[in-house]
Amino acid sequence: MHMADALISPAVGATMWAGSLAVLGYSSRKIRETIDNKTIPLMGVMGAFIFAAQMINFTIPGTGSSGHLGGGMILAALLGPYAAFVVVASVLTVQALFFADGGLLALGCNVWNLGLYPCFIGYYLIYKPIAGDGGNYRRIFIASLLSVIVALQFGAFSVVLETILSGKSELPFHTFVLLMQPIHLAIGLVEGIVTAGILSYVKNARPEILDTGAVSRPPAAGLPCKNILIVFVVLAVLTGGVLSWFASTSPDGLEWSIEKVTGKGELAEQEKGIAPVLKEIQEKTAFLPDYNFKQAHKEKPETEKVPAWPGIDTGTSVSGVVGGGIVLGIVFLIGYGIRIFKRQ
Amino acid sequence: MAFDSQYYNVGYLDRLSYQDTFVHRLDPRTKLITTLLFLFTVISFSKYEVAALFPFLLFPAIFLTVGEIPPGFILKKVLLVSPFAIFIGIFNPLLDHGQVAILPGLTLPAGWLSFASILLKFFLTVSMALLLIATTSFPTICHALRRLGLPSIFVSQLLFLYRYIFVLGEEVMRIVRARDMRSYGRKGTEIKVFVRIAGVLFLRTVERAERIYFAMLARGYEGDMPVSKKYHLTTSDLAFALSVIVCLFIFRCYPVTQIIGNFFRGIFS
Amino acid sequence: MSHHIVEFKDVCFRYPDGTEALHNLSFRIIHGESVGIIGANGSGKSTLLLHMNGYLMPTGGTVNIGDLHLTRKTRREIRKKVGIVFQNPDDQLFMPTVYDDVAFGPQNLGMDEEDVQKRVRAALDLVNCYDLINKPPHHLSNGQKSAVAIAAVMAMEPDILAMDEPAANLDPKSRRLLINLLKTFEHSKIIASHDLDLIFDVCKRCIIIREGTVAADGPSQDILTNKILLEENNLELPLSLQRR
Repeated sequence: MHMADALISPAVGATMWAGSLAVLGYSSRKIRETIDNKTIPLMGVMGAFIFAAQMINFTIPGTGSSGHLGGGMILAALLGPYAAFVVVASVLTVQALFFADGGLLALGCNVWNLGLYPCFIGYYLIYKPIAGDGGNYRRIFIASLLSVIVALQFGAFSVVLETILSGKSELPFHTFVLLMQPIHLAIGLVEGIVTAGILSYVKNARPEILDTGAVSRPPAAGLPCKNILIVFVVLAVLTGGVLSWFASTSPDGLEWSIEKVTGKGELAEQEKGIAPVLKEIQEKTAFLPDYNFKQAHKEKPETEKVPAWPGIDTGTSVSGVVGGGIVLGIVFLIGYGIRIFKRQ
Repeated sequence: MAFDSQYYNVGYLDRLSYQDTFVHRLDPRTKLITTLLFLFTVISFSKYEVAALFPFLLFPAIFLTVGEIPPGFILKKVLLVSPFAIFIGIFNPLLDHGQVAILPGLTLPAGWLSFASILLKFFLTVSMALLLIATTSFPTICHALRRLGLPSIFVSQLLFLYRYIFVLGEEVMRIVRARDMRSYGRKGTEIKVFVRIAGVLFLRTVERAERIYFAMLARGYEGDMPVSKKYHLTTSDLAFALSVIVCLFIFRCYPVTQIIGNFFRGIFS
Repeated sequence: MSHHIVEFKDVCFRYPDGTEALHNLSFRIIHGESVGIIGANGSGKSTLLLHMNGYLMPTGGTVNIGDLHLTRKTRREIRKKVGIVFQNPDDQLFMPTVYDDVAFGPQNLGMDEEDVQKRVRAALDLVNCYDLINKPPHHLSNGQKSAVAIAAVMAMEPDILAMDEPAANLDPKSRRLLINLLKTFEHSKIIASHDLDLIFDVCKRCIIIREGTVAADGPSQDILTNKILLEENNLELPLSLQRR
C-alpha cells in the first residue's frame, strides 16, 4: 500500500527521504563496483517489466477481487539486492509521477517500505538462505512465499508507524496494526505465490538466469548476513533517533501522537476482549526507549481531555469560513481569466 | 482499471508534457524544487487546519490554466488514487469527538475538520505532483535530478524505464488482448495464466535487454551513461521561483483566508 | 584504399549450445561496395552481422575490418568503424529522446557538447528528421524510428554501415523513402534482408548464405534473376521480376 503525502508530516517525510536516499546512494555505489555493464540496460528493462506486469490484473481465487504483482522480490532474486533496490526506487518514482500513487514527499516512505524490506531483509535473511543458488523448485517456492510475506509485513508495519508518527490520523496504533497486518498477510500470500510461479517459470525456461547468474549477480551476494544486519540496525537506530529529535522540536509530532496512540477512554473499554493481545503487541513493538507506549497507556487521565480547537475563537473562524469561500472564488476567477486570456 | 485505459492514461499525460507553454518552458529544476517546497509547505500545516489551505489552490489553478492542462483529466486521476487517504482519514470523524464552533450556533466535530484537512492536503499534493509531470517532460525531470546530484545509475535507470514502459506497454497490451479474447469471461484472469504471461514477458524482456546492450555497444557504450547539459536557468526561472517562494511564505505565515474574510465582513457590516 | 575493407576468412562460429551457425564462411567487400546478404531463416545472416562488430568472436578463421584484425582488444576500435543498425528500432533507440539517442554515440566518443550538437544535427539532417529532435521515440512512427535509428548510427560517422532487415515493419511509402535514403549513402553497405526487392534496388552485389556458408556470391543482376538458384535456397525471385 502506498503512503500518501497528505498523511505524513514534514518530519517523517524528510527523514524517510533521507533514509531512502542514503540506501540509494549506497546501492548505486555497490552496483558500480560489482556489476558488469550489461546489467545496466537489463535493470532498465526489468523496471519496465515490473511496471507493465503490475498493470495486468488477475483474479484472486475465492475472493473475486483482483490482485497485482509487487515485484521487489522477483527483482532481488534475479538482479541481486542492490540493483533490485535501485530498480524498485525508479519504478516507484515513475508511479508517483505518472499515477500519483503515493506522492513525491511520501516517495521516501514508499521506497523504504516497498524496496528496502524485500531487497535487503527479504533477500538476505530469507530468500538467499532458503533458495540457495536456485537449486530446486520447492526451495524457490518456500523462499519466495516466506520472503514476500515477511517483507510485506515489515512494509505494512512501517506504514503504520509513519502514519502514527505523522499524527494526521486519529487511528490508534493498535487498531491500525490489527487492520494492516492481516490485510497484508493476505496480499503477501497471493504475491508470494505469483512470485514463486514466475521464478519457477524462469527457472524452467532459462535455468541459467537463476543458476549461473547470467543476469549478473553481484559477487557481494556472498556478503555475510551479519554485515547487512549491522548496517540495518545502524540505519534503523539513526532513523529512529532523527525521528524522535524532529518530534521533540515540532509541536504536533511524537509526544502529541503518543497521546493519540494510546486511544481514548471509551475505545479502551470497547476493546477489553482483545486488550491483552494488544498490550502484548505494544510491548513487542516498543523498540525505542523514548517511545514508552506502555507508560502513556497508564496515564489515562491525561489523555481524557478532549483535544480542543487550537486557540481560535468563534469570530475568527467565521472569518475563516467567509474567507475560504472568497479565496475559492478568487482562485477560480484567476484560473478562468488566464484561460480566456490564453484563448485570445 | 483495465490495462488499456491505464496505459493510455500514462500516454496522455506524457503527451501533455511535451506541449509548449510558459510553464513547460521553465527549467525542470526550478519546477521540481518549487513543487517540493509547495508540498512541504502544505503538509506542514497542523491537522485541524482547513481555512489556511485554500489559498494554495491558486498554484494548481495557475499550472492548469497556463500549462493548458485539461482540469477534468487531473481531477479524475486524483479521484482514482484517493481511496487510501480516505480509508485512513475516515477514522478521524469516528474517533475524534471534540467539538469545534464554526459559526455562531454551528459546531462541528473536530474529527470532520481533520478529515477535511487531510482531503484538502491530499488534493493539493496529488494534483501538484500530477501537474509537475504534465508540464515537464520526464526526460527533462531526469536531467534535473541528475544535476541535483542523484546517483547516475538511478537516473539512467529512470531514463530506461521511461523509454521501455511504452515499448513493453504495447507488448503487454497485445498479450492481454489475446488473453481476454480467448478467455470468454473470467477464467483467463486466473493467477496461473498471469504467471505464464508474466513469465513469457520476462523472458522476452531479458532477450530485449541483450539486443539493447548490443545496440549500446555499437555506439561506444563503456558503462557510463552520458548526461547532456542543455538546460540553463533563465531570468524567468528565477522570477518564477522567487514569486512561488514569496507566495508560499505569505500563505504559510499569515492567515490569508481570515484576513480576506475579515475584510469582507468589515465591508458588509 | 584498404581501410574500408571487410574480409571474412574461413570464419566458423559455434554457439555455446552446440549449434554451428557459421561454417568456413569467406568473402571480401571493398570500399564503397553495397552488398546484400540473403538467405533462408536461420541460415546465419544475423550471426554474420554480429561478427562484424565483435559481439560474437569467431571460433575459427579470421575477420578483418580495414587494417584491423578482429580480436577482443581491437573490437572497440572496430566498433567505431562499423555501424550496425539492428532490426528492431525500439531496441536500437534506447534513450528517452531523439536528441539524447543520436547524441549517445558522439558523447561516448568523448566529444564536447558543441561538437555533439553539430553531429546530431548533421545526422538528423541526413535522414530528414531534424524536426523530431526533442521527441521521445514512442511518439514516432515506425518509419521515423527507422530513420532515427540510422541517424544514431551515422552520428558515429562509421566507415561501413551494416543493417539487419532495415525495412521490416515499414509501410510502403516509408520503405521507399528508406531505399532512396540508402542509395544516397556512399559508405560501404552491408544489408541483410528478406526484402529482395530492396536488395535489388540498393545493392550491386549479393551474397547468398546457406547453412552458415556462402552459397553464391556475385552481381545482384545475376543472382537475383536466377530463379533456380534462389529456389534452391528457400528464396524466390524479387516481386518486381515475377510479373514477367
